[in-house]
Amino acid sequence: MTTTENLIESLAADARPVRRLWPPFALAGTWLVGFLILAMILTLFTNAWPAMIVRLEGARFAFEIAATFATGITAIIAAFYLSLPDRSRLWLVLPLPTLLGWLGSNGYECYGNWVVYSRHELQWGDTSKCFVFIVGISIPMAVALYLVVRRARPLDASRVMMAGGLGIAALAATLLQFYHPFDVTFVDLAVHMLAVLVVVVAMTASGAGLSRFRPYLIPAKCLPSGSRNSGGF
Amino acid sequence: MNDWRASNGGDEWSGLMARAQDGDAASYRLLLMAITPYLRAIAARHHRELRDAEDSVQEILLTVHAIRHTYDPGRPFKPWLVAIARRRVIDRLRAQGRRRARETFLTPEHETFAAPGTNLYEADFDARALTVAVAQLPDSQRKAVTMLKLEEKSLNEAAAATGMSVAALKVSTHRAVKNLRKLMGRTSENE
Repeated sequence: MTTTENLIESLAADARPVRRLWPPFALAGTWLVGFLILAMILTLFTNAWPAMIVRLEGARFAFEIAATFATGITAIIAAFYLSLPDRSRLWLVLPLPTLLGWLGSNGYECYGNWVVYSRHELQWGDTSKCFVFIVGISIPMAVALYLVVRRARPLDASRVMMAGGLGIAALAATLLQFYHPFDVTFVDLAVHMLAVLVVVVAMTASGAGLSRFRPYLIPAKCLPSGSRNSGGF
Repeated sequence: MNDWRASNGGDEWSGLMARAQDGDAASYRLLLMAITPYLRAIAARHHRELRDAEDSVQEILLTVHAIRHTYDPGRPFKPWLVAIARRRVIDRLRAQGRRRARETFLTPEHETFAAPGTNLYEADFDARALTVAVAQLPDSQRKAVTMLKLEEKSLNEAAAATGMSVAALKVSTHRAVKNLRKLMGRTSENE
């Protein structure tokens, strides 16, 4: 086993200049601006705005989509803050108020429509498309988030990915509203939430996997020969 | 610097880390040397074994090295360092817990490896059986095998000690080994 003093000498010998990480708010802002640009291109290209503007006149829908979008934004910001070692874990709580607003609004809408439309709206065909939309849109967003977050080499990647997964799923659900021109039913709500849950769980699990594969993140030449360290970041 | 909470080197360390991020190896070395006792104090609070504490310190130093670009010189250095230290100590404690939960410590009774050197009890048993078998051999064969095989004397030394010729010693040894094979085989069959 190498001694700590030898290790220090090896690390000091490897003291190359490093590019400091951007502040988390700037990173989150950049990522979100990228998402907004792509979302704008997609919604303008598919002519989804006119129907959306009409629907936004309803206060309940406006509140719901605002809460969904805010959940996405706050969760993405939380993910970037959580990726740094010296930031509080309480950042994980940041998206909770808007998440509750989103769920509450959806639940209220679903309750109303369940009573009014009954079995007419219980069609698996449409709801399965919602599931595929949320999960499908989340995959490239998850890759984009990973590419930005990985530079921070978070100590607890699962926590970062959990927040990131919630943010991505919420943003995907916001985007879904452009192509979901009717109020949600109980089945819709269940499928939307299942899709969000799938994304969050998959992202959290991938974060745990990233934590396990930490050793590849440290260049081999930085590891002193004979070092017993196997859990180095 | 036994009480790391009382230490006030944070501002100085912050400056050293900022210079280390710019590639100043001397500052970086100074910083790592300065924080090591501090890290040892943190690790010692959580590990009973000195070796485990030192391993934790090394893991913390490696992590500091790997993510030094995440430190913002505009923020205090110590919370950044302590967060890394705590995380690495917890990781090591968890890994130890998992390892201990699925491992059983070996006792002398568990020495069942293939290498003969580890099977000491068996070797002891074989030695006693051999001694009994050698005692049953005729006098000339017993002397020959004892001196040449067990005491590992040369043929000339054994000839001088017993007064037997070298040829007679070779014949006696050959017969002794054959008889011992029979005797030992019979013993193990009886068991």
